[in-house]
Amino acid sequence: MIKIKGIGASAGIVKGKAFYFSKEEFFIPHRKIDYADISREIYRLEEALIKTRREIANLQKKISDSLGYKEAKIFEAHMLVLEDRVLIEEVIKQIKNQRVNVEFAFYQSIKKYAQILRELDDEYLKERATDIEDVAKRVLRKLLKKDFLSLEGIKEKVIIVAHDLSPSDTALLPKSNVLGFVTDVGGRTSHTAIIARSLEIPAVVGTEIATSKIKGGETVIVDGTEGIVYVNPTTKRIKEYEKKRSIIVKKIPLAKTVLSQTKDGKKIILSANIELPEELSSVVTYGAEGIGLYRTEYIFLGRKELPSEDEQYKAYVNAARKVEPHSVIIRTIDIGGDKFLSKPQVPYEFTPFLGWRAIRFCLANLHIFKTQLRAILRASGEGNVKIMFPMISGVEELKEAKRILEECKEELRKERKRFDENIAVGVMIEVPSAALIAEILAKECDFFSIGTNDLIQYSLAVDRADEKVAYLYEPAHPAVLRLIRNVIRDAHIQGIWVGMCGEMAGDPLFTPLLVGMGLDEFSMPPPSIPKVKELICEITFMQAEEIALHALNFSTPKEVEKFLQEKVKEILKDKFYKIFT
Amino acid sequence: MERVEKEIIVRNPQGLHARPAALFVQIASEYDVSVAIEKDGKVVDGKSIIAILSLGINKGARIKLTVEGKEASLAFHQLRRFLEKND
Repeated sequence: MIKIKGIGASAGIVKGKAFYFSKEEFFIPHRKIDYADISREIYRLEEALIKTRREIANLQKKISDSLGYKEAKIFEAHMLVLEDRVLIEEVIKQIKNQRVNVEFAFYQSIKKYAQILRELDDEYLKERATDIEDVAKRVLRKLLKKDFLSLEGIKEKVIIVAHDLSPSDTALLPKSNVLGFVTDVGGRTSHTAIIARSLEIPAVVGTEIATSKIKGGETVIVDGTEGIVYVNPTTKRIKEYEKKRSIIVKKIPLAKTVLSQTKDGKKIILSANIELPEELSSVVTYGAEGIGLYRTEYIFLGRKELPSEDEQYKAYVNAARKVEPHSVIIRTIDIGGDKFLSKPQVPYEFTPFLGWRAIRFCLANLHIFKTQLRAILRASGEGNVKIMFPMISGVEELKEAKRILEECKEELRKERKRFDENIAVGVMIEVPSAALIAEILAKECDFFSIGTNDLIQYSLAVDRADEKVAYLYEPAHPAVLRLIRNVIRDAHIQGIWVGMCGEMAGDPLFTPLLVGMGLDEFSMPPPSIPKVKELICEITFMQAEEIALHALNFSTPKEVEKFLQEKVKEILKDKFYKIFT
Repeated sequence: MERVEKEIIVRNPQGLHARPAALFVQIASEYDVSVAIEKDGKVVDGKSIIAILSLGINKGARIKLTVEGKEASLAFHQLRRFLEKND
């Protein structure tokens, strides 16, 4: 058995046969041709171009139907490459003058132009070289009479293993036959991850080595929740898998019908963290009560021009409608200036932690900020919408953001556009300074949401991405627990409610502790909801309060964790394994 | 035979990248003219997307646009409008 670690990009677990999807390199034959063969080679070129045009037109239509007109637009540029007379004339000239076969002539010309583009001092154009090569490969396949290697021909249920999957690979995917995905590259926002989440099948991406270990035909287990792939699993591993699988399958219907409240009747709101519109359907599936964190970065990334107010408005209204009558908390963009728009290929996870980002960036780019605020306000006229500002570190920032929000309201009033006059404004508590002045901030807003990922990182001065110090990243650190306790306490004194939208909220180990501290709302990736809900239903609020009080007495994270685990085991008894698998 | 030649500063926010280059070629191809773009001394066929991309034209670039043929002034007008469009 081989165990491969990656990034869990789409939750769930599945076992199946691996299908290795490789994009093989071409062997380009190089032949001298006779004078008499020139016209035949030119004819072959024309024939291959016509066939490829037809292929791309089909693809364009399919993608346009399934993913929308916009996604299909790139194929227009592909089409023009095929009709490009400079390119075609150059290939013909080579065939005539150098007396070479068409494959070689075509390949030489493409290589030349791809090279020119790669050498340009422009990240975006450099990437277009890949587009041209993509088109060229299609033409070469026609010339070499190679069947287009595609996922379309999959006839049995498989787990797809690939270095990477492009939109044109997945467009023709027979979706009912795909059990899961494993890729070498990519992150949570890569194309494969998005597709997997929209199909609700498990995916592990960014494994780096999957295609070097899996050749196709092996039995593999893909655990998209944990981000682990097992190749040729042992019988023991398969048994564990079957256990997990049966639990997951059984638990979901329960999640929807059961109320999330403690045994003694304290209501706890469980809501969803949403990163992409494809995930919206899972909000209802997993029984979330609304969206506690609607990230808006996806609208801004991976493109060259800014999204318009209308485009944003439509996206927000769509989210609000999907979760009605519950609310959606829209967080204004958390992007930094350095990678904004100009370099859309940089994933926003690399945002400089202590730098120019989030509210800091927004307050310095009012045209971007106001467009988003107007869109959110207008959406609040159509559904239950709340607004939240990220990275607030002091009260002036909050006041300034609110002042601009008022400005936008005034504009909309003048334009006679509908919005919620009393839209709730929240602050994301993720900077230690904000946690320490919770009392001051609480007087200026309607709710808090504790972003534990950054709060832990900043409080403990640990960059999670740095492997050498990652061991210091401890959610159970007494300093973190004290900060959280203080935030909740101070907020309640001022009469506002507190949620949490970091990873800690979705980790059942911390559920009793956080309930006991008085947390009102837990927001997490939808698949985590059933576990947390099950635990909430098994405890009383009094029990939880005792656990919270006791946990705050320990001096090390290890002691806290050990204590929480014992307590959770005690509460859950035989159900413990069902939740902690 | 008409011939229009003029220096233009590209105002299109995306310069002449994939999508705008594709649009430029589409507009150019609607007319019975030959189109040439010159940038930094390099001249390419304005109806070829690959050739245009290879010039790496960004917003603010100064190019020389030459249009020749029966419908030259009309085609020139349309192409120039596209290049100078700023939204």
